[in-house]
Amino acid sequence: MTSPVSMTVNGKAVTATVEPRTLLVQYLREHLGLTGTHVGCDTSQCGACVVHLDGKSIKSCTILAVQAAGGTVTTIEGLAKGSELHPMQAAFREHHGLQCGFCTPGMVMSAVDLAQRKSDLSEHEVREWLEGNICRCTGYHNIVKAIQAGAAAMGSAKA
Amino acid sequence: MYNFEYHEPSSLADALSAIGSAEDGKLMAGGMTLIPTLKQRLAQPSDIVDLAKIAELKGIKREGNSVVIGAMTRHGEVATSDVVKSAIPALADLAGNIGDPQVRNRGTIGGSICNNDPAADYPSAVVALGATVITNKRRIAGEDFFTGMFETALEPGEVVTAVSFPAPEKAAYMKFRNPASRYAIVGVFVAKTSGGVRVAVTGAGACVFRQNEMEAALEKSFTPDAIKGIEVSADGLNADIHAGADYRAHLIGVMAKRAIAACG
Repeated sequence: MTSPVSMTVNGKAVTATVEPRTLLVQYLREHLGLTGTHVGCDTSQCGACVVHLDGKSIKSCTILAVQAAGGTVTTIEGLAKGSELHPMQAAFREHHGLQCGFCTPGMVMSAVDLAQRKSDLSEHEVREWLEGNICRCTGYHNIVKAIQAGAAAMGSAKA
Repeated sequence: MYNFEYHEPSSLADALSAIGSAEDGKLMAGGMTLIPTLKQRLAQPSDIVDLAKIAELKGIKREGNSVVIGAMTRHGEVATSDVVKSAIPALADLAGNIGDPQVRNRGTIGGSICNNDPAADYPSAVVALGATVITNKRRIAGEDFFTGMFETALEPGEVVTAVSFPAPEKAAYMKFRNPASRYAIVGVFVAKTSGGVRVAVTGAGACVFRQNEMEAALEKSFTPDAIKGIEVSADGLNADIHAGADYRAHLIGVMAKRAIAACG
């Protein structure tokens, strides 16, 4: 029942032989060894598993790997350029937008999707957008500040 | 989850033949309900037929006074569509408040109405706006489409291809959300259309329903005060860990008044 499933992950063409029931997050973590994407709740609530599929943020625990076949996936490992952090990652470090760090990959990936749509974000817009990302440390205050700063940095980098 | 055969047809005809030859096949739209169901081993289909690659099921277009939305159009696309925002802003608003951004990037209108979850948002819009559900076989009045809890008028081998929404004079949707799941504990869609006023309630009962008493009162006067004296009965309403039936009955009045006020 297994078959080869190919896609582009973080700019590289990859193939792994998996079953139809293999979730995208399992494909990434267990077959490609990209363990930066986390599984928190496994019920599409918490957002620790957020990655981008064809430029949009999705929950990788609620999509089959075969559904993403032929697509372009970006995970948290694909954001930094070598040792240079992505502006959103840099903003999370600068504003201390994390405590235990478990939700951070999903928070950053979700935030990058938001920032691609708009760079001048109000606190309210960020909090609304984070509907699907849960931080058990409840450190939202600095996460929100980091996302506002990261989005502004991404906006000025583009300009 | 149990294993299954996966099919990814590129046309509706191929999808129908795949589902027709499967022992116990299941169509998949966005998968936002189906995949969690499979993960919990609450279903064990022999085959999954994914509709995602079928171009004819996607897209939003204006046809006369109506907005026609392809079954595989995702919530995020409806929420941000200029066509929907200009013709039926209440529908764009509803779509933009389903689940969370990541769910809206995957979930589809066709999947939502075919699943007919008692707490789903879209059924209220389909009923209140007097929409028509278009399938590969026929056109079904929105009101006749939802037949019971997780049940619809669809027959075996019938697939929803699009939903056509006539633009109303005024409309608004208000929901009282479950703080964790974002499903509607009670959602009320109010629409003032050329065919009259319609009030559709989701989340409160086994299936979306119209609140006829409020509709009659609003025909006379389309103001929040017009429904002030209406007592909503708790008989037959849902009661669960999130809210009792009496609380839901109360919320129907509150959400309806807010929706009418939002119609302006």
